[in-house]
Order: sequence, then C-alpha cells, then structure tokens
Amino acid sequence: MSPQRLDRRLVAAFVTIVLAWPRLAMAHVQGGEAAGFWSGLGHPISGLDHVLAMISVGLWGAQLGAPAVWVLPVTFPMVMAFGGMLGLLGLGLPGVEIGIALSALVLGFMIFREARPPLWVAALVVGVFAVFHGHAHGTELPAGQSGLLYSIGFVVSTGLLHATGIAIGLVYRWSAGKLALRAAGIVVAVAGLAFLWRAIA
Amino acid sequence: MSRGSKLQSLSPVVVTAATLSMWLLPADASAHLVNTGFGPFYDGLYHLLLTPEDLVPVVALALLAGLRGPRFGRWSLFVLTAAWLAGGLWGLRYQTEASLPLLTAVTLLSLGALVAADRALPLPVVAGLGLVLGLLHGYLNGTAMAQAGLGFTGLLGIGCAVFAIVALVAAFVVSLKVPWARIVVRVAGSWIAAVGMLLLGWTFRGGG
Repeated sequence: MSPQRLDRRLVAAFVTIVLAWPRLAMAHVQGGEAAGFWSGLGHPISGLDHVLAMISVGLWGAQLGAPAVWVLPVTFPMVMAFGGMLGLLGLGLPGVEIGIALSALVLGFMIFREARPPLWVAALVVGVFAVFHGHAHGTELPAGQSGLLYSIGFVVSTGLLHATGIAIGLVYRWSAGKLALRAAGIVVAVAGLAFLWRAIA
Repeated sequence: MSRGSKLQSLSPVVVTAATLSMWLLPADASAHLVNTGFGPFYDGLYHLLLTPEDLVPVVALALLAGLRGPRFGRWSLFVLTAAWLAGGLWGLRYQTEASLPLLTAVTLLSLGALVAADRALPLPVVAGLGLVLGLLHGYLNGTAMAQAGLGFTGLLGIGCAVFAIVALVAAFVVSLKVPWARIVVRVAGSWIAAVGMLLLGWTFRGGG
C-alpha cells in the first residue's frame, strides 16, 4: 500500500472517530446556565435600534469629552437595568418602541449638532431613553435561563457597545474625524426617524 | 520504500490529524456541584470559580477594597476569608434547605454601587461588608458542601479560592495609578450594580 493511500485512510479514520464520538453532557441542576449568558450577550445586538442607540451614547460621550465620556456609559447601563427590572416586575411602560426610536433620533441629532448641554442634562437625556431600552429587554428575557448569567451577558454586551462608540469617537480629535462623526449622527438620526415611522405606523 | 522512511512520510499528516482530532473531541460538560476528579478540595475551589452568585460579589468587594488602598485590601483579604470559613462551618453544622436568591441581588447592587461611587469609606465599613458577605455566602456554601458530601475539605478549597481572588484583584487595583484605570474599575462597579438590579427583578419575578 502506498504511503499516500495509507495517509488518506488514517485521516478518514480519525475524522470518522471524531464525528462518531459520543457527546457527554452530564446532568445539570440549574438548566440553561451557559445559554443564559450567551442569550444575554446576544440580546442587545439583536436589534439595530438598540445597537445604534448604545453606540451613539459612546459617540456623544467621546464628543463631549471627560467626564461625560464615562458618566454617560455608566448612566445608561444602570438606568437600563432599572428599566429592565420594571419590565421583569411586570410594570407597564407605554410607548416603549416609540421611546427606543426617539432615542436614536435624538442622540443622532445631538451628535450631528455637537450639542454640549450641562453634564446633568446629557445624563438625564441618556437615562430617560435607557429606561425604554431596559424595559424592552426586561420583558423580552427568555424563560428558563439563568437570570444572573443572562444579566451579566446583557450588561457586558451593552457596555461593550458603548466602548465601541467611544473607540469610534476617538476620531473626534481630527477635523476630518469631527465631520465623520457629525455625518454618523445624521445616519443615526435618519435611522431613528425610520424606526419612529415603523413604531407609529 | 523502507518501513522507516514510510513512517517518516506518514508522520506530519497523521500527527496533525491526530492532534486536531484530539482537540475536536467534545469534552465533558459538568457543573454544579463541580466534580474535578481531584478530590473535594479542588471541587470546592472550582465551585467558587464557576459559581457567579459567589464569585462576582467576591470580585466586587476586592475592587472596593483595592480602590481604597493596600490597608483596606489586607483587611478585606483576611476578614472575608475568615468570615467565609466561619459561615461555612456554621452551614456544615446547621444545614438548611433555604436559599437566599435576594442576597446575591442585594450584594451585587450595593457593592457595585459603592465601587462605582468611589467614595472614601472608613475601614470598619469595608471590613464589616466583608464580614457580612463572608458569613452569609459562606453559610450557603457550607450547606451546599455538606449536601454534596464534600465537607470541610471542600469548604477549605472555597476559602483558598476566596483568598486568592481577593489578593489578586485587590492588589491589581491598588497597583493602578493612572486616573483612567480607576475609572475603568468604577465602570466595572456600575456594571455589577446593573447586574444586581436586573437580578433583583428576576428574583421578584421568580425566574432567576
């Protein structure tokens, strides 16, 4: 038998063994542990409206500079978690989809205008919209999964989206970057308008 | 071709295929309570590392102590570990079926908020938080260890894990000198508080 033919047979044998190997899954007392984390991690990036709003928070923070660059991304997850808690407790919040759409519209407009309100006003704007995002996430949490791991994944994902916005916003130090950020603001605002249209229609 | 040269020509492909095959073989997925196969000490050690309900509060306290400085870190290191072991012994002796899901939520929310706020807390307050945290979580761990038949050795593994985590995390935070690094720690605190708030909702809803 030629070496090449023997090679092929051995490789085929290994592949067959791997494919046929029994998958061992030992019984789990608390079901859905790992699934909870991955669900939470994926949830904030499952909708374009959420993604745009959260990245916009980072972009606006980068435009405003310190301390807003970290106050806004700290405010958003904490207030969003509060909104999520309201959703989990079953407390209704009218116009959630409209609020989410408005968040993209307003934040995009702020970025486009390079708006510089006082820090507390910026935090208030971000916080108010965060309640809507949190409530939507809170009421959409999948049943039967670990609440803690879902929450960890959910918050980490949100924070990473803010960090992405801040990282993109670093271009603000260059004049071309400033223009690019303002253009991004227009894109986000237009997307927000489309979301609003969809929410109202 | 001689037998020796034939084996030499086979080796790269075969070794690569064998290595890849071994990597691709699915591993066992075991969880609560952990069975490492190395005995109850390592089972206890891994139990803490793989249980976010216990791990995240320990990290949060270490972050809080680290932000306040090395003295706070040293006190938290010994108070938390000692309290955890004492609570664990209590749990081993007086077992209960009760679980305190609210405890984790409140712990995460309060410790996370304190880290995010970065206020100058007195040493007795931080040490007291470590004492309460250690006693309560240690008690629940002790009960779990007793029910799993891991006993004091398992508890000792948990205590060592607590000690190592607090030592590493607090020392790391103490070593951070640049202002933005402290801000990153405070942001981490806000994330922990946010997780606690969501967990509070889960607890009241009964799904977490």
